Amino acid sequence: MSADVRLENVWIKFGSFVAAREIELTIKGGEFFSFLGPSGCGKTTILRAVSGFLKPSEGNILIGGKDMAGIGPNRRPTALIFQNLALFPLMTVWENITFALEVKGVNATERRKKADELLELIALPGQGEKMVGELSGGQRQRVAIARALAAEPEVLLLDEPLSALDLKLRQHMRTELRSIQRRVGITFIYITHDQGEALTMSDNVAVMRDGVIEQVGDGTTIYDAPGSPFVASFVGENNLFRGTVESVDNGMATVTTTVGTLLAKTPVTASNPLKVGDTAYVFQRPESLRFAKPDNQINRIKATIVNEEFEGNFWQVYFEVPGSTKPVKMSMVNDGSSSERRRGEVVELVCEPELSVALAEGPLAAE
Amino acid sequence: MITDRLGKYAVLLFVVMFFAYLFGPLIIMSITAFNSADFPRVSPWDCFSVEWFDVLVNDDKLMDGLRNSLIIGIGVVALSVPIGLAGALMLMQISPRVRPWYYTIVVSPILIPGVVLGISTLIFWDRLGAMFNANYESIFYDGIFLTIVGQTTFISAYSMLVFISRLQRFDPALEEAALDLGASHVQTFRKILLPFLKPAIGSAAVLAFLASFENYNTTVFTITSESTLTTVLASKVRYGINPSISALAVTIVVLTLFAAAIMEIKKRRTDAFEKAISKAVIEGTDALSKLGRKSNRLIDPAFAMIIVIFLAGLGTAYYSGTVGVDECKTSVKEAKKLETQRRVDERRKKQMFEGAQPGTQQAAPNTTAPSTGKAKGTEGYQGIFAPTNLESQVKGDSGAANDAATDDAPAKGTEGYQGIFAPTNLESQVKGEESSN
Ligand SMILES: Nc1ncnc2c1ncn2[C@@H]1O[C@H](COP(=O)(O)OP(=O)(O)O)[C@@H](O)[C@H]1O
Ligand SMILES: [Mg+2]
Repeated sequence: MSADVRLENVWIKFGSFVAAREIELTIKGGEFFSFLGPSGCGKTTILRAVSGFLKPSEGNILIGGKDMAGIGPNRRPTALIFQNLALFPLMTVWENITFALEVKGVNATERRKKADELLELIALPGQGEKMVGELSGGQRQRVAIARALAAEPEVLLLDEPLSALDLKLRQHMRTELRSIQRRVGITFIYITHDQGEALTMSDNVAVMRDGVIEQVGDGTTIYDAPGSPFVASFVGENNLFRGTVESVDNGMATVTTTVGTLLAKTPVTASNPLKVGDTAYVFQRPESLRFAKPDNQINRIKATIVNEEFEGNFWQVYFEVPGSTKPVKMSMVNDGSSSERRRGEVVELVCEPELSVALAEGPLAAE
Repeated sequence: MITDRLGKYAVLLFVVMFFAYLFGPLIIMSITAFNSADFPRVSPWDCFSVEWFDVLVNDDKLMDGLRNSLIIGIGVVALSVPIGLAGALMLMQISPRVRPWYYTIVVSPILIPGVVLGISTLIFWDRLGAMFNANYESIFYDGIFLTIVGQTTFISAYSMLVFISRLQRFDPALEEAALDLGASHVQTFRKILLPFLKPAIGSAAVLAFLASFENYNTTVFTITSESTLTTVLASKVRYGINPSISALAVTIVVLTLFAAAIMEIKKRRTDAFEKAISKAVIEGTDALSKLGRKSNRLIDPAFAMIIVIFLAGLGTAYYSGTVGVDECKTSVKEAKKLETQRRVDERRKKQMFEGAQPGTQQAAPNTTAPSTGKAKGTEGYQGIFAPTNLESQVKGDSGAANDAATDDAPAKGTEGYQGIFAPTNLESQVKGEESSN
């Protein structure tokens, strides 16, 4: 069974410090939902409020349509996977997994059966007798998931569960988590500061900054149509040019920037609409930049090649552009053309207006 | 270079002196427990014997005190472990702002002199008893009860410190995880926190018991008409001691060492276990696969070894302390008799030669002096306080000479001529002069 989760005008304050501000959000039942944001932006705080360890200073939290006010964490249909997993070190794997059943008074044989079932689900058959300390990081991760699932929650909450794993394992566990979620069919609320995790796994993502939700949407929307400069700069990489809006017409804005006049789309998701005369940012993703062809009339940028980095499937090429303080970055598929480029060569770059994004000035993500 | 080496020697000397200072008294006292002499002393060494342990066991007053001490110790453990645990849990719960205040208040009984605690306990319960018109047989005036209550006031603070140090290593997320999985607060406490605190409960109990067992300054006020081991010992010292007290000391030292060794091993094991777990958690390695189950075994080789060594030592000591003691004692008695005999002879000779040849009499002891060394001197003074001293004097004055003559004629003969050069000569002279005064 899965339940939807609603946050209605939720505020969470620690003394005078506001950790979550005016959170208004609906997470559909059975959905894989992520909170994405830099560390300290209030993700854990919201998750703790949903699981019942924190009382919102204001607003309501509803799970499956039921107001959770006054209901303790042990009586909510949620299970939380802690950032450090919090497996019980003095218990074996199977005792850990079936702890939720033990406290309900289920007898040992039945618990053992359930443990074996869950060990099968997390692909650790026959490991029940081990102590948790005997497991590897990835295995422990899966035990934590099984332990939470044993409680048969309607909503599973995961607090950066992969952050302690190495890169390879992390990528493997992403797929694993997603497939477990599909099999059990319950709502997953996932917290991460890693945009790759959020984008690959989630049906929907909420991007947070300083206790505020900046944008909610599916992965492609967040990436292709960021609603604020913060989202644009936090999710993925972007070259940024600052300028003044000359005209706004039919979803396209003309911005006079320090590197020239650029035409860029204005996403419908934008939180602040652009007006003529406003200061704006134009974002261009490295993979959207190309070397200009003779027929490219607009968005041409003069640039000097200063550096190249080889990444196997990609080349990262860095340019010095008059009017831009930071080097401009371009990602190119490795098509064997590298011998045609020389350091110090002056070239012209272009980014299609549809792939450029113009947004009203606002806070940016820290580098 | 030289100063370097000098520094090293100085450090070494300091260390040696430091340990001698720490353990010297204990070692000397332990040795005296096995000397059959009536006064706790190392030299002169009479016979190796464990008889003082027998005397100890048959001392009713001491055994009564010991029994009370044990009862009080158990009572104190039963009270102060739960109180200490509650205090420590409280500290973890309250807001960080009031924590230092709370801590200061609950730790203060440790800083208050035990005498004050004792007196205040006595007065408090006396007043309370008076309020209820209780008679002197009631609990308000019961020495054992008052002592348990009085000691608990500060010993529960000790236990609390033990629990606090353990709780500081507790990951509060474990408690939340249990709650989140549907456990009640009681279940969380029983299934998560209590198992984690188990080693600390053991340490706190041992600490509480030892603190209670050795306590004197609070107990002496609260014990009223009863007695504990410490109060009995104190009164004994006042009336003169014998080596059975050393025997008691040895027993306590050995038991303490034994318990400490076991605790230490156990602690190391839990520490290693926990370290391996946290290491494995951080690194995601398999560090525990070997250590894992082994440490859960009930008795491991190290324990078994300690127990075997302990029992073997005990057996050896007992065997060598009982076998042949009687012969040894008889021979020591003989030697003493002969000693007395010789002293009497000497005195006679002295009286005979007096006036006629004073010079030769002076010269003889002087030549022997260097070879007799220091021990003799100390021995001589110690002898003054020896309980046997008076006895031998009495004997010497009465029929000792006759006894010696009939028992051991040849020995007496040798002694008669060569006794001047015997190592104990000086002592006997001192004794002789003393008895003549
Ligand atoms: N119990 C607390 N008391 C005071 N401040 C807190 C508390 N818990 C979290 N905060 C603050 O709230 C902010 C958000 O924290 P958190 O939700 O843990 O961030 P993250 O997004 O990294 O999970 C941080 O600035 C943190 O310092
Ligand atoms: Mg967090």
